[in-house]
Amino acid sequence: MLKDITLGQYYPGTSPVHRMDPRTKLLSLILYIVTIFVVKGAIPYAVCVLAVMAAVWVSTIPAKMVLKSLKPIVIIVIFTGILNMLYTPGREIFRVWILKITAEGVTTALTMALRIVLLVSSTALLTYTTSPMALTDALESLLSPLKKIKLPVHEFAMMMSIALRFIPTLIEETDKIMSAQKARGADFETGSILNRAKALVPVLVPLFVSAFRRAEELATAMECRLYHGGEGRTRLHSLTYTRLDLIAGIIVAAVCGGAIALSIVL
Amino acid sequence: MTELLQIEQLTHVYSPGTPFEKMAVDHVDLTVRSGEFIGLIGHTGSGKSTFIQHLNGLLKPTEGRVLIHGEDIHQSKEMTRAARFAVGLVFQYPEYQLFEETVYKDVSFGPKNMGLDKDEIDRRVRESCRIVGLDDGILKKSPFELSGGQKRRVALAGVFAMEPEVMVLDEPMAGLDPAGCADVFSYINAYHEKHGTTILFVTHSMEYAAQMARRIVVMDHGKILMDGTPREVFARAEELIAAGLDVPQITRVFLRLKAAGIDIDPAVYTVEQAAAALRALKEGVRPC
Ligand SMILES: Nc1ncnc2c1ncn2[C@@H]1O[C@H](COP(=O)(O)OP(=O)(O)OP(=O)(O)O)[C@@H](O)[C@H]1O
Ligand SMILES: [Mg+2]
Repeated sequence: MLKDITLGQYYPGTSPVHRMDPRTKLLSLILYIVTIFVVKGAIPYAVCVLAVMAAVWVSTIPAKMVLKSLKPIVIIVIFTGILNMLYTPGREIFRVWILKITAEGVTTALTMALRIVLLVSSTALLTYTTSPMALTDALESLLSPLKKIKLPVHEFAMMMSIALRFIPTLIEETDKIMSAQKARGADFETGSILNRAKALVPVLVPLFVSAFRRAEELATAMECRLYHGGEGRTRLHSLTYTRLDLIAGIIVAAVCGGAIALSIVL
Repeated sequence: MTELLQIEQLTHVYSPGTPFEKMAVDHVDLTVRSGEFIGLIGHTGSGKSTFIQHLNGLLKPTEGRVLIHGEDIHQSKEMTRAARFAVGLVFQYPEYQLFEETVYKDVSFGPKNMGLDKDEIDRRVRESCRIVGLDDGILKKSPFELSGGQKRRVALAGVFAMEPEVMVLDEPMAGLDPAGCADVFSYINAYHEKHGTTILFVTHSMEYAAQMARRIVVMDHGKILMDGTPREVFARAEELIAAGLDVPQITRVFLRLKAAGIDIDPAVYTVEQAAAALRALKEGVRPC
């Protein structure tokens, strides 16, 4: 049951979007998000919507998967929409009981809802087409200038990759320990909240013990292989920009720049 | 002997409807009678662990039923909980489930969950610790300061103390040295003798299955391949080897002898039987 939680929803493939350098994807996403938050007007937003749809099409990720990523935010979108609609002052178009609905309210509500949907679906596209490890590498590479001001960028990235690597292991372990304690009559499903919290002790203690054991073993293993931090370390998969990144970068920049330009002109 | 557990057409599919769909147990029928001592063998991934987790209701069958004394363990919540206590399950590497401050408290976790009174819990904890050779001095220690072998014994005692009707053990000897294995083997046997408890244990090792069990069930690709006395099962040694399983070394010796043209029955699985068979052969040959 715990296994069903998908973390890092990587969906393997060979499309151009998959093959792009993760740094290009990350930078493109940032640019795109900035764009959807600065543009105004129907036409620029239509451009943004079309852009993300085109990207999904190129990536060969089933549209259903992208829609699935929107499911958890449906409530937030509706809630934001309604609040914005009711609390934006302006020209009244109609009134239900004491609720005044304004034209500005409707526009703001639609804009906010659209922004959230675009934000989530474009981010989902990134995580569908990029493995968590590649993302970590990209972050490390993009943040590496900060090493100059003595920020431990490599160490942070290493911690992140190790954490990502061990999440499934720990989930599996939790499952196993829970089963073992259930076999000894532990009951996690009934009783008051306090009792249920108490019932977790027999799971958490062995889980921590094993996590510490694993951490120690991993540290020893890394030390045995002479790991000494990021200084002078080479990579098995080094990140390189290709022509594909150049083309993709130009397209993304053109689309985002175009949308912003349109919203200024119109 | 009465029928204690009936498993009918048990099937378990992991992650159904996804690309990772996997049928781990495939329409298995099995009847376990009271007082039996069964060894369940099969190679890695044959579905043994999945199968046994159905016996106390931890996993729900995709298809089929598990009956205890003729009643479906999933017919009601109460029945499932009763099944937890009737079927004691010892997981692989059970020492990783220890969590209490003292050995005594940890062993009493199961009996406490059963709602027994204090005196009864105390009796059971002390008795099961005695069976696994843990003396009273250790009861007050933290389970985390014990050696691996001692932890394993504490974990075993924790399930022994629940006095289940059937004890199911998943590779109880994994990761122990030969002396440790022999110890665990003798504790299980001692418990079986004392309480007459039905035992079903999973193992990779044919040697242990041959030595301990009175009935051997062989699983392969989620199905039951063979079911019978050790003698019946090892009589089909070639099939076992074809299924990627090991046979006891002594059985392999006898297979080679037979292949070399010696008129001998290869269905032996202990050194004692082998010695007797060889002696009979020698005596039978001499008069000629
Ligand atoms: N939680 C799970 N999710 C998905 N598949 C699983 C899960 N647990 C087991 N499997 C798969 O089911 C099959 C049977 O696994 P199982 O653990 O029952 O085998 P086993 O006979 O106990 O093996 P071993 O001797 O290695 O312990 C394996 O192919 C395994 O990959
Ligand atoms: Mg197993």
